[in-house]
Amino acid sequence: MRDQGDILLRVEHLTMRFGGLVAVDDLSFEARKGDITALIGPNGAGKTTVFNCITGFYKPSEGRIGLLHGGPAAWDALEPLTESGKRSLAHADGALFLLERMPDYLVAQQARVARTFQNIRLFPGMTVLENLMVAQHNRLMLASGYTLLGIFGFPSYTIAERAAVEQARAWLDRVGLLGRADDPAGDLPYGAQRRLEIARAMCTEPVLLCLDEPAAGLNPRESAELNELLLSIRVDDHMSILLIEHDMSVVMEISDHIVVLDYGVKIADGEPQAVRNDEKVIAAYLGVPDEEVARVEAEVGV
Amino acid sequence: MTDATTQPRSRTAAALRDAGLTALISFALFLPLVGFQTISNIRNEIVVTTRGVLLVTLVAIIAGSRLCYSLAVDPWLKRRALKAVKTETPAWRAAVGRWFVPFAIGFTLVYPFIVLATSGFGGALKWVDNFGIQILIYVMLGFGLNIVVGLAGLLDLGYVAFYAVGAYSYALLAKEFGFSFWILLPLAGCLASFWGVLLGFPVLRLRGDYLAIVTLAFGEIIRIVLINFVDLTNGYAGISGIPRPSFFGIPFNADDGGFAAVFHLPFTPIYRTIFLYYLILALALLTSYVTIRLRRLPVGRAWEALREDEIACRSLGINTTNTKLTAFAMGAMFAGFAGSFFAARQGFISPESFTFLESATILSIVVLGGMGSQIGVAIAAIVMIGGTEIMRDLDFLKDIFGQTFDPTQYRMLIFGFGMVLIMIWRPRGLISTRDPSVFLKERKTISADLVGEGHG
Repeated sequence: MRDQGDILLRVEHLTMRFGGLVAVDDLSFEARKGDITALIGPNGAGKTTVFNCITGFYKPSEGRIGLLHGGPAAWDALEPLTESGKRSLAHADGALFLLERMPDYLVAQQARVARTFQNIRLFPGMTVLENLMVAQHNRLMLASGYTLLGIFGFPSYTIAERAAVEQARAWLDRVGLLGRADDPAGDLPYGAQRRLEIARAMCTEPVLLCLDEPAAGLNPRESAELNELLLSIRVDDHMSILLIEHDMSVVMEISDHIVVLDYGVKIADGEPQAVRNDEKVIAAYLGVPDEEVARVEAEVGV
Repeated sequence: MTDATTQPRSRTAAALRDAGLTALISFALFLPLVGFQTISNIRNEIVVTTRGVLLVTLVAIIAGSRLCYSLAVDPWLKRRALKAVKTETPAWRAAVGRWFVPFAIGFTLVYPFIVLATSGFGGALKWVDNFGIQILIYVMLGFGLNIVVGLAGLLDLGYVAFYAVGAYSYALLAKEFGFSFWILLPLAGCLASFWGVLLGFPVLRLRGDYLAIVTLAFGEIIRIVLINFVDLTNGYAGISGIPRPSFFGIPFNADDGGFAAVFHLPFTPIYRTIFLYYLILALALLTSYVTIRLRRLPVGRAWEALREDEIACRSLGINTTNTKLTAFAMGAMFAGFAGSFFAARQGFISPESFTFLESATILSIVVLGGMGSQIGVAIAAIVMIGGTEIMRDLDFLKDIFGQTFDPTQYRMLIFGFGMVLIMIWRPRGLISTRDPSVFLKERKTISADLVGEGHG
């Protein structure tokens, strides 16, 4: 275990209830800066609910989700910030955000957590380039003087728009969609839509990228390309990634740290190798009680 | 039905059966609607008369056209669909696309002079006022509503409320305080957009049908307040004697200081009408220009993104509340401009002018034209409003259907018919493709199948 200094996201005692159903039960885990952290578990384990809590789409019933910008010293301010009742706190060393207190758009805008969706949510009637321009909305909005300067054609907006197009072009180049920049996003094949959604999330310039099943529906070749893309995002952009995934080839190959959920409860947390051999994890995935794992394994020949 | 198309005899039989069924349905429908008529006789009693000939004629027309359709038009359409689809757009079409807008703007600029030259001072008044100004008001309202419905995808059934706010703002402030038109025009826009935001706040959580119902109710509330707040608005009687706009301080009257005298012209009322025509033309062009600019700004892209997928918008850090409010405010502002122009042009306003029918007309202009398309909206406004006006002049129909026949009474029927046709032929409006707001190499239009319609 590395020390606290590397921690970017800290989820503590997160609980989410929908009426009588407890979707996530007292979940705590940490995601470190520059790591790819994977959140795995069988269907209905509550992974997407955790994502929705982190990105502000759900307000958790209980728990705290802290996110850090900048140096680790700001973590010391976590308790005072919680007590103050505020959403965020600027620190000499960076800033600290309590995501459970922020509405979804502020999580993206201020805490700079970007996400993708399990069922792709692009803007299908807008072009690929426009999709990436919408992602840079807040920066462009500021440059256009909240529309007032932009409508009179002030140069500040023209310059900012050109820069935004350049950034979009750079990302399209990286995800291999430069040739299709002017096509509607809805026309792209499935794998390309997945890549575009990641590029769009990256265009918001996040500190944490949350990907909800990015490999779902991809063929093995596309999965391998996705691995490459995610690793390049991590290395070249120093991006921290939080990942939900079913595809074990993706998870085991690229993640540094895996959190396993089953029925909303964390059953394992650690390095890929350790998780792979964990009895509870195997039991959860095979859908049998712990004591029968050996027998079932022998039967299916794992 | 596939067997029927292969064998000509059974096809004819099927077509006849179909036509018979159509005749039966239309007979059942028209019997109470057209077959009976109540008229008051000389003793002021209401008596029921029958209109057998008209009823039979109508049913025969409908059955005949149905037969025609299933025997001739439908097979022709099927044959055409089977032929190879040409993907290349012909050169003339591209040329029309390129030159249409400059030509249309040029034509609207010289339009008053064309009608002056062709029908003289007397006739031109009708053509400029009833056609030109009337259509342009609706073009402008269509452009304004297009921001809300076409771009942001928020279905607004109470748009006329903002038109009313603009009209009453101008009427009351001009009468009470004597402010000039040029001060009150922006002020009316501001007030209307203020009401737009006020309406926007409570309804932002609603989507789709629910939003439509609440906006519909808002439109009615404004109208009913205008009727009942007699102290302020003079109720049903309306406000008359509203000051007319002047030509930069020179009034349009027969005095020595009037427009005609100053420019050494003989006095006629047409000058004011032509001035008003150019005024509303400028306002409509301004609306169009601002909308085009806004589409290329982040706020416009956010509107369209909101129409496509609201959740994705929020995940990208877009404040959807503010984005929806700006759409409402923008749309309302242009309605306010149009409203204050309307009050200044009429000189008299009453709540009668701001009924739900107006909202429905503006919305159908936007839907017929193609949501998000400016040219489409302009064409739809010309067809719908111009069509109504032309119907007033179709005197020859009286020779066919009798002297009591008033074509304008059938306006709604004809609109409904046209609407059904358009929805079959072009379900997404006349111009349904979308132009991208930014491009890297090549501007490609986006087919309507991909563009979202919004969820409210």
